[in-house]
Amino acid sequence: MSTDSNKPAVQTTGHAWDGDLQEYNNPLPRWWVWTFYATVVFAVVYWIMYPSWPVGKSFLGGVKTITFQTSSGQEVTTHWNMRARLLHDLQNGEEAVKQREYLEKIANSSFEEILSDPDKLAFVRSAGKVMFADNCAACHGAGGQGVIGLFPNLVDDAWLWGGTLEDIHTTISQGRRGYMPAFPQFAENGKVDNLADYVLSLSGEQGGDPVSIKKGEAIFQGEEGGCYYCHTKQATGMKSLGSANLTDKIWEIANVPGAKTYEEKRAEVRKVILGGIQREMPSWKGRLPDETIKILTVYVHELGGGK
Amino acid sequence: MSQSQEEHLYAARVPIFPRSVKGRFRNVKYGILALAYGVYFILPWLRWHRDNGPDQAVIFDLKARLFYVFGMTIHPQDIFLLAALLTLAALLLFFVTSVAGRVFCGYFCFQTLWTDVYMMIERLVQGERPARIRLSKQPWNREKILKIGLTHLLWLLVAFWTGLTFVLYWGDAPTLFVEFFTGKAPFPAYATALFLTATTYVMAGLAREQVCIYMCPYSRFQSAMFDKDTLIVSYDARRGEGTAGRHKIAKGYKTREERHAKGVGDCIDCGYCVQACPTGIDIRNGLQVPCIQCALCIDACDTIMDSLGWERGLIGYYSEHRLEGKPTRIIKWKTLGYGLALAAVVGFMTWLVANQAPLDMHVRKIRQPLYVELADGSIQNSYDIKINNKTSEPVRIRMEVKGLPGAKADFGRFREVRIRPQHYVRLLGKVSIKPAPGVSKRQEFSFRAVPIEPADLPEVEAPARFFMP
Ligand code: SF4
Ligand code: SF4
Repeated sequence: MSTDSNKPAVQTTGHAWDGDLQEYNNPLPRWWVWTFYATVVFAVVYWIMYPSWPVGKSFLGGVKTITFQTSSGQEVTTHWNMRARLLHDLQNGEEAVKQREYLEKIANSSFEEILSDPDKLAFVRSAGKVMFADNCAACHGAGGQGVIGLFPNLVDDAWLWGGTLEDIHTTISQGRRGYMPAFPQFAENGKVDNLADYVLSLSGEQGGDPVSIKKGEAIFQGEEGGCYYCHTKQATGMKSLGSANLTDKIWEIANVPGAKTYEEKRAEVRKVILGGIQREMPSWKGRLPDETIKILTVYVHELGGGK
Repeated sequence: MSQSQEEHLYAARVPIFPRSVKGRFRNVKYGILALAYGVYFILPWLRWHRDNGPDQAVIFDLKARLFYVFGMTIHPQDIFLLAALLTLAALLLFFVTSVAGRVFCGYFCFQTLWTDVYMMIERLVQGERPARIRLSKQPWNREKILKIGLTHLLWLLVAFWTGLTFVLYWGDAPTLFVEFFTGKAPFPAYATALFLTATTYVMAGLAREQVCIYMCPYSRFQSAMFDKDTLIVSYDARRGEGTAGRHKIAKGYKTREERHAKGVGDCIDCGYCVQACPTGIDIRNGLQVPCIQCALCIDACDTIMDSLGWERGLIGYYSEHRLEGKPTRIIKWKTLGYGLALAAVVGFMTWLVANQAPLDMHVRKIRQPLYVELADGSIQNSYDIKINNKTSEPVRIRMEVKGLPGAKADFGRFREVRIRPQHYVRLLGKVSIKPAPGVSKRQEFSFRAVPIEPADLPEVEAPARFFMP
């Protein structure tokens, strides 16, 4: 009547243990076995195509190859491997091509154009973040906050060497050498304290003795100290020399914000006057591609308070 | 326990030749099939006017990362919608399964729908069940080659059309269609179409019930949602078997009265229900894993009962309780729970769709450094701001800071900025305050984007925090 299975619902494997213990048999479909064989065939094909078995100290490379450019621009063809594939994609992948297009756009735009185009600026900010982390963060910190006494803070709006795009570009390209001579001679007669009191008063720090401040001013503005040569009569500094503006709230070298009492603040300033400063920012021209320097310029300018 | 059984660790598939049936459920299934095929195959060709964007009613634009569904545009940020949709589908499945078993399998599953169509093609070319069985046993002659060949050719055509249609959802259908046949379509289009052609052909033509039995995860876990009140396609054994079992129509077994007097049930053992089953099982053996609850055996048996003039329903949607003669409760904690969860998700989705804001804004505080002191002694915080224009027109907005007295805000040149349709801008916002005694070290405030053009858009606000030393 019916060709369809009308047999008992379950078969057993046919074995019987302990007289009556039997095992049900639900046979696997045959195609399942074929699928297994297919995976075996796949594995063999894979061995032939790709690196597989170790042979002594080497291995079977497989017949599939991949061509990529080394960092020195050489074309190399090797057996297929993920490292080469990554290099290949970094050079020719869809994302790499897109990034190149953007870089070209940046290279062909003026600073003015970059600052007025939200798209370009957004690219500069995300690409710049990576470039900054790779090249600048070691000294200036991941967020550009610097280290007081050692590396300038790039997030605030005080710029020793100028905060315009052109100034920043020059700073990155050519590097800077910051120098303030040491004045050990003022250690005598408390002159360094007079100077420190005066300098602190310039930034509005309360607590200095008015007489001492007056004395300090005389040294600063007169020939004895000659400080005004670099810091100017108004004590606002000169960007051509990288001399600090002493009238604002920003402290580059002396850790005044970190000091609690007036005494400690004065000690900080005193250290700088007696010891002098010698700092250097390296030149990046030639070490970084031009468009990288351009992107870093805008990035740093945007960080906190570009002029 | 014969030797031959021992060898059966692997079993070849037993071919199934289902007999066609007519009836209520068959008609419902034809209706669902027509609807599903109509929607699936016609939808990509449906046009839809949009000012900015493709003029296809339903199109999934991967490059632009936008899904257009009629009047709705779905952005990557609307991922919640997808999550809600999936939750909805899952809950609906659980709910329906607990009330009426594998309704999804029997009426809506692609596997069932496409297999159904493939069986129709089979019947069209090779004839009804007996003809097909004869053909399969027949040696390979002209007729067999022709009929089997034609069947497979038609199967492949349906498979190909299925694969191609799927591809058309991901691009402009008419363009893609022409490109496809002129060799100009992108590689993924060919790969996808080919892959789906192959899977459709194999699954609906060759594997069929094997998919349900061995591959489908749902068929394995659905029974967890069953209970004794769940309606399942089942054979009313008490009525069919009586006390003395089933019996064919024979002399002395013709009328119900004669049969009942002998203790014989209403099942005349004609085997129609078994022949009609697309998975080749006998429903009279009770609920089985391979049964996809397609209800075709109900139609088969009803046909027989009608012809005998007996009442229908020897096979029908019955709960275990009903078969035991107890009442069936549909409303109980489990179904109520599923129902409530379902209603909640539907509510949530409606809310999401209704409240799709035309603009949205996200603000991230830049925490390195948390704040910085400026030359004039004021404290500055920086924020990364992202504003999305989800409308299909350009929007001009003005940025403002709200709730931070005495604050100065600097957005570079973008205090006013134009955002292209379906695009976003990222801005850097710097906010500074002169510290004053008594001001808290941590203040809550918000950024506001006020649309200038078009001015009737609602403004958006995003919360932010200001930190001071
Ligand atoms: S037993 Fe009945 S409901 Fe189940 S698959 Fe077969 S025909 Fe469909
Ligand atoms: S179709 Fe109905 S009467 Fe015929 S064998 Fe099946 S259950 Fe019995």
